[in-house]
Amino acid sequence: MTATSAARSGGTTSSTTAARTARKFLTRILFVLAMVVVGFFFALPLAWLVTAPFSKVPTLTVSWPDWTLENFRVLTENPYALTSIGNSLILGFGTIAVVVTTGSLAAYALSRVRIPGRDGLLYGLLLLSSVVTGTAAMVPLFQLMVATGLINTQTGVVLALSGGVLPTVIFILKDFMDSIPKSYEESARLYGAKPHQILRHVVVPIARPGLAFVAVWALVQVWGNFLLPFILLRSPESQPAAVIMYTFYTESGQADLSLISAFSLVFSIPVILLYFLVNRRYGFRFHGGIKS
Amino acid sequence: MATAHARSSGRRSRRRPDDVAGLGRTGAGTFLVPALALIGLFLIFPALWTIYLGMTDYRLTGLAAADPQFIGLENYRQVLADAEFWRSLRLTLIFVLGSGVLGQTLLGFCVAWSLRRLPRLAKGLIETLVLAAWVVPTSVGSFLWLALLDRHEGTLNWLLDTPGTAWLIEYPMASIIIFNIWVGTAFSMLLFSSALGAVPPSQLESSRMAGASTWQQLRDVVIPNIRGHILTNTLLITLWTFNTFTPYLLTAGGPNGASEILPVYIYRTAIPGGQLGVGAAISLLMLLINLVIALVYMRIGREKKT
Repeated sequence: MTATSAARSGGTTSSTTAARTARKFLTRILFVLAMVVVGFFFALPLAWLVTAPFSKVPTLTVSWPDWTLENFRVLTENPYALTSIGNSLILGFGTIAVVVTTGSLAAYALSRVRIPGRDGLLYGLLLLSSVVTGTAAMVPLFQLMVATGLINTQTGVVLALSGGVLPTVIFILKDFMDSIPKSYEESARLYGAKPHQILRHVVVPIARPGLAFVAVWALVQVWGNFLLPFILLRSPESQPAAVIMYTFYTESGQADLSLISAFSLVFSIPVILLYFLVNRRYGFRFHGGIKS
Repeated sequence: MATAHARSSGRRSRRRPDDVAGLGRTGAGTFLVPALALIGLFLIFPALWTIYLGMTDYRLTGLAAADPQFIGLENYRQVLADAEFWRSLRLTLIFVLGSGVLGQTLLGFCVAWSLRRLPRLAKGLIETLVLAAWVVPTSVGSFLWLALLDRHEGTLNWLLDTPGTAWLIEYPMASIIIFNIWVGTAFSMLLFSSALGAVPPSQLESSRMAGASTWQQLRDVVIPNIRGHILTNTLLITLWTFNTFTPYLLTAGGPNGASEILPVYIYRTAIPGGQLGVGAAISLLMLLINLVIALVYMRIGREKKT
């Protein structure tokens, strides 16, 4: 700032161009410097995730790795680590199964039949899904699960997660089905197909990209979700990776950094890969979801 | 069937019917039932039940767990008289303003604005880093920050040559604010990137021809063009930041409640503390605040469409 004003005040006719070049150069340098700082800010915490899993004796400090895979062997020996990844998969695919089937049925009905109050319903559902977040509803959800005996079961977590993401799923799928031409269904109907047959043999194959998109989106939402499984699942055998990760660094007296570093990487990679893959293919629409 | 259709929507009667699969209203209703049942049970019912739970002395264990009594507004009286609640509310406000409204929105905009002038490789690199911070599961992200800020072995103390500084204990609020900026900036960056791409280049061109500085271009051309996006972004970020539980993984609300934002306060009161009734009462306040933010957001979205 002082440099620019100095350059401006010194701008007599003879030195104007020189001053302007100097100023341009200076702002360019400042700009590059600022970008380096921003890049550094985002990279610094991530550096540990890339280096520590491959260090012989991982510490909390970032240091050049020895490229050993020893830590991943430690990971396979831990009784909870791989089970918890399995549990994350169960929760993820359970939620996908529930929301894709119920969501596509609902989205199809909303897309093809003008039910009275349809727009209001969609609007209300979207409003609800952003208002009733896991955080705001943790007490009644916990209470509901205790009352129904679903506490400490993965079914309970899948149902609670499904209820939370369904409105967005229906909204995305309805948008998608609106764009599918109706002529296929018309001809199928002319040949005497029943609605459920039309749905299964005509609509689902055409809508496959939309269904895949929603499935990946739901998986990303569930994979990292911490609060609901943290509250609703109490035994470590059934907890997903997000909760076990937290247990690893809080509940054991001396944190086992070999285990934590390798586990962090294994737990993060699937979702990072999926994300960049889908992001490239579908772009910004993917970011509508609510992270809590 | 066709006449019912025409009557229900006069506008659409001349076009061909939507209901090509012959579902009819009953069929459509059947298709809707499973999804609506799930949403009703696990989204709507909990929200409504909060109202009732908040007026009982429900506890996790003990006598009040077996036979909860209706106590009216007693919980609210207790909460509103509790200094801890007001401190939590104040901390939440600081957290939302600092990390959401100021931090993420401003940094996200600056990054999006700067990216346009970067060479492709640098642009890709910064975008990837910002996105990676967002995509990494939150429990991993928080451990990365625990490692970075660690008192004895943390990389930050090593870099700054400040051995023994316990950042999370000495500056708990600043730590969770900066952490949350790190996690969430990606959304604002992406939203503003796409918004900036839609600013008519001709307007920028002519303002540059007229000798406007970068600052003047921003103020007179860019900001008026993306005002809707700024509003959308701010409201969504406010809602999400207000509802995030992640800072718990970093500081667990401590030390001594110095970083106990509202979600953490609810959790500690209701679940480890066992006072489900009181927790529900605070939850209802939170739901109401969410409702206000979401209504404003939806209203703006609707205005934009028409």
